Amino acid sequence: MDRISNKEIVTMAGTDIIIHDEKDNVGVVVIEKITPKQDCDCWIMENDKSVKIQSMDEIPLGHKIAMTDLNEGDTILKYGHDIGKVVKSIKKGEHVHVHNVKTKKW
Amino acid sequence: MEIPKTFLGYKREDGRTGTRNHVIILPVDDISNACAEAVANNIKGTIALPHSYGRLQFGADLELHFRTMIGTGKNPNVAAVIVIGIEPKWTKRIVDAIATTGKPVEGFSIEGVGDIDTIARVSKKAQEFSIWASEKQREERPISDLWISVKCGESDTTSGLASNPTVGNLMDKLEPLGVHLCFGETSELTGAETVCEKRGKTPEAQEKFRKTWSSYNDFILKEATDDLSESQPTAGNIAGGLTTIEEKAFGNFQKIGGCKFIDVLEPAEEPTKGPGLYFMDTSSAAAECVTLQAAGGFNLHLFPTGQGNIIGNPIEPVVKLTANPLTASTMSEHIDVDVSKILSREMNLDEAGDELIKATIKVANGRLTCAEALGHREFVMTKLYRSA
Repeated sequence: MDRISNKEIVTMAGTDIIIHDEKDNVGVVVIEKITPKQDCDCWIMENDKSVKIQSMDEIPLGHKIAMTDLNEGDTILKYGHDIGKVVKSIKKGEHVHVHNVKTKKW
Repeated sequence: MEIPKTFLGYKREDGRTGTRNHVIILPVDDISNACAEAVANNIKGTIALPHSYGRLQFGADLELHFRTMIGTGKNPNVAAVIVIGIEPKWTKRIVDAIATTGKPVEGFSIEGVGDIDTIARVSKKAQEFSIWASEKQREERPISDLWISVKCGESDTTSGLASNPTVGNLMDKLEPLGVHLCFGETSELTGAETVCEKRGKTPEAQEKFRKTWSSYNDFILKEATDDLSESQPTAGNIAGGLTTIEEKAFGNFQKIGGCKFIDVLEPAEEPTKGPGLYFMDTSSAAAECVTLQAAGGFNLHLFPTGQGNIIGNPIEPVVKLTANPLTASTMSEHIDVDVSKILSREMNLDEAGDELIKATIKVANGRLTCAEALGHREFVMTKLYRSA
């Protein structure tokens, strides 16, 4: 089976970040990592549109980036759905994860 | 892509079709494991299915134990069965239920005989079954004889982005062809439960799902000593970028594509409402879930993974796919289908779904999965509560 190395992924990638739904306020990094101040291409799967964002943090593959400024108590939308609440304010381009977002369940 | 109308499988006495031709040595209880393993070691072409339970269970927990034992024996991937228990009564109950399929099955009990003589007696019968099963030939069978179960594990955000939607794409293409499909993982739908409920085909199916999910959630809330952040999402999920159970749930849910479920099954329950998608009430732990689905009669499993879950099952082949390019390269011996090119937009979901269908047919025809070649045989019983 053909396998592609990560190096090739970075150079061949059609996008740096994928966003599921137009309503989402986070995107997912799909290259090995993005670095601070990197200008990133984002692809919105739902409507096939593209947008750009500048990152503030180093964010690894599979982790999320904030597409807008978010305040404590705001809802994170992914897949167009509520996936949790902001517990520490987040700036556009920053890493979104367990340090600033928590479940609304359990 | 034109989907093949047939695959090569083993036709069974009850009309079902197996993708495998196992002769299993099934211990009723934990203390019969040694005997079962000794027989499987003596007689080539047989496998023992050791596990940890089967003594002093009662009520719904005991019923589930029997359902899992019996369902495993009835699974069409199993050609013939030997059941070994410490005493004859529970052993006979399992033997009699498996015998309704018409397949060869024989029970033995150890009490009053001892391990050594039992191993000798069972070995003779196991040899007979093994040679008998080796004569079985694969024949052309309709694609609708595929019963496919799905479960994802060590998920990360690439699961929700690509590998789970690839499974969903396969479901959308195979459901109209009369294939039986099954998803589970009750607790892992938390956060997406109301969206999932609406995927019930009938008000009855929706109502049944709501009750099943609520009951599981109540149990979790009752037993939880913290916010479950150590368990759901798992440390592996968090390393992969998943932050909350809700995010995990919506990713998980991508596996069923646009399909609607026609019924909600008890753990290890066999579906009876014809072809289509079923939801089974299961734990989200990989080996427990796949063991229950195999006991429900499913003959091939699709397992999308992000960070690299390595699970296999002794009777149901587990096909693994990943969209995480790091996992595809660092754990290549575990990955049957690499769909990481979706993330670099070099492959679309339709193409990935077709690749998965091709791999599914190959495995149904007999190609070993990575997990089978590596000897993964996780057979894990679900236990509902303490024994008496």
